[in-house]
Amino acid sequence: MSEKYLVNPSPHYRCGDTTPSIMRDVIISMLPVLGGAVVFFGFRSLMLTLVSVAACIAFESLFNLITKRKNTVGDLSAVVTGMILAFNLPVVTPYWMVVIGAFFAIVVVKCLFGGIGKNFLNPALAARAFLFSWPTIMTTFTKPMQEIYYQFSFVFGEPMFVDGVVSESVDAISGATALKSLKEGVLPDIELWDLFIGNVPGSIGETSALLILVGFVYLLCRKVIRWHIPVCYLGTVALLTYLFPAAGIDNLTYMGYELLSGGLMLGAVFMATDYTTSPLTRRGKVIYAVGCGLLTVVLRTFGDFPEAVSYSILIMNVMTLVLDRYLKPRRYGIGGEHA
Amino acid sequence: MAFTFRGGIHPDYMKERTSASVIVSDMPKPERVVLPLAQHIGVPCQALVKVGDRVLEGQKIGDCESGLCAPIHSSLTGIVKAIETRWHPNGTKVLSVIVEGDGTDDKVELTPFEGEIDDLSPEEIIDRAREAGIVGMGGAAFPLHAKLRTALDRRVKTVIVNGCECEPYITADHRAMVEYPRFIMMGAALIRRCLGVDDVVICVENNKPDAIATLRATCDGSGISVQELPTKYPQGGEKQLIRAVTGREVPPGKLPMDIGCAVFNVDTCASLYRAVFRGQPLIKRVVTVSGSAVANPANLLVRIGTPYQDLFAYCGGFSSDPYKIINGGPMMGTAQHSLETPVTKNTSALLAFAENGGEETILDDSACIRCGRCVSVCPMRLQPTRLYECAVVERFDECAKLNVMDCIECGCCSYTCPSKLYLVQAIRMAKRSIPKEGAKK
Repeated sequence: MSEKYLVNPSPHYRCGDTTPSIMRDVIISMLPVLGGAVVFFGFRSLMLTLVSVAACIAFESLFNLITKRKNTVGDLSAVVTGMILAFNLPVVTPYWMVVIGAFFAIVVVKCLFGGIGKNFLNPALAARAFLFSWPTIMTTFTKPMQEIYYQFSFVFGEPMFVDGVVSESVDAISGATALKSLKEGVLPDIELWDLFIGNVPGSIGETSALLILVGFVYLLCRKVIRWHIPVCYLGTVALLTYLFPAAGIDNLTYMGYELLSGGLMLGAVFMATDYTTSPLTRRGKVIYAVGCGLLTVVLRTFGDFPEAVSYSILIMNVMTLVLDRYLKPRRYGIGGEHA
Repeated sequence: MAFTFRGGIHPDYMKERTSASVIVSDMPKPERVVLPLAQHIGVPCQALVKVGDRVLEGQKIGDCESGLCAPIHSSLTGIVKAIETRWHPNGTKVLSVIVEGDGTDDKVELTPFEGEIDDLSPEEIIDRAREAGIVGMGGAAFPLHAKLRTALDRRVKTVIVNGCECEPYITADHRAMVEYPRFIMMGAALIRRCLGVDDVVICVENNKPDAIATLRATCDGSGISVQELPTKYPQGGEKQLIRAVTGREVPPGKLPMDIGCAVFNVDTCASLYRAVFRGQPLIKRVVTVSGSAVANPANLLVRIGTPYQDLFAYCGGFSSDPYKIINGGPMMGTAQHSLETPVTKNTSALLAFAENGGEETILDDSACIRCGRCVSVCPMRLQPTRLYECAVVERFDECAKLNVMDCIECGCCSYTCPSKLYLVQAIRMAKRSIPKEGAKK
């Protein structure tokens, strides 16, 4: 026999999914959110996303080039990080800040720890936390659907400041978020329906619960993520806010506002579910998600910032190491029903 | 109770290529057969014949004294041309008897038993299983008589007949269940008689409705039940099957018999029937020949010892150049380097994959993204990615702590990994390394 056959160990069968195909699905699942951002906050939100994605790809390529590693941008995870980072920013964020955020996410949080799969914090969230070094900018939330969003200078310029003070045009369109009112114990001057579809002030990608849920359903159908983390996270928040509403607000109403406000939906669906920084086992995932929910409610209630989702997830990211170490799946043949 | 187990995968089964093709029983005789003297788990046989001897089809040519040995019979009448080491499907070289056919139809058989099953004593059934050289035909090739003996000693309560056939491509058992359900039922009844149990259940995955219907009709009134199970790989894995059927789990390091179960393959049952009532030793078996490179996939009744090339030739040769030949299924089968290697007692399928045939996406492995799929599909509930991390840096002590020895090597983790990591391959290496580490101390 002159033929040469490949002899390697089993299995000789492999599924078609690859890291890029999974990341592609995540990107697709976030497109409705991006579309919503453009509708509510204009083309600047698209520009922010593009700049963020481009910067993430550039930093990852550059890092790999300098450290003489194989270029890994083909796995598309930098694109996902870039999109999530942009989704967490208010539309008035200057472009230079986006680039700094991308640098922090990709180089400091991801690449320096060994690249994809090795970072212990969600890169986009860590970058957002880092960008809170500019708290005024990071909390300047403007109202949706404003005419100013279609002005060239708003889309391509730096609308935030004029001579070091918040510009009048931005000041005029700034709006209080529902969370801020809730924190002060007042029912927000915002309809629940607007919160659900996303027609409210906020970071560009966080406002529309509806579009985030569309992405969630897509991810579930494509089997990219499982339901445990988002459902347990949101469930915990729902339960706690129902049981402990702010004084003078009806339980259900309070729960509705808490669930739909701020970055909770975005965090529960797209950020807490990050593979690398969430536990491997089902039990671990449930505990992690409940922890996220618990921290979110506690920090929202007792912390000084009205928003707490990012920090809750980051804290649970760190706990992932511990959860993975101590929570093994129940071993076959032990503890179950046998003999 | 749900008739399933946790974990597992749903690969593309590709069984429709051969699931309707009737077993071809009149394949021409091969010119020569290569009969490895070790076709079972346990002690290899010693040759009972010399070079130059004339042997008959059905004649015992290899045996040994050990209790863990199944004799080998010639599957062809002819002259012993050589007794030398030849390639075995498992990738090693094994002493083999090469018989060149002389074209005659002479043969010898065992004495068939005439009478009712209940007239047979357990000892007689065990002896007949041994004399016919029957081994577990689902893959493990454990000598049947040894398994029956242990099961008898351990007072097994439940006999599970495994007709799951969960590996992609393979339809040999499927066709057997459709075409000779009575042999399987009678074989199961023989095992029931031998072990003195009441509870005998034949398990079939629900992707074989015709087999389930035929078996149900055949077993009606026999006291043997037929259980339909969901289709999921590795449903036919012994430990998964026991969990699915009984709801019980085999504790680590223990045998199914320790929890009162014994599992037998459907074709093993049919072979036991043929041995006892027809006097036929195990010299033929059904092999599914399939894969993207095979011109006309088929189920063939093949003489054990027939070289692969004869099977492929009978199936119309290759429609395109194969890059890989597999003995067994794609999940747990062994890749072969030569077409001269013979079919053995546990060869349930012979596959030839064409490049770009769609079976395998061969990509470079990339970094683990911790998606957790390997953890959720592992039917033994291990954490393959963590075992992999430890195995590749040779921290076998850590692997042991993570219960690496529980791994059944089903390959679900490697199948499902989007980073295309060689998970089960690394875990296998760790498993092989652990006893060595222990010996050093």
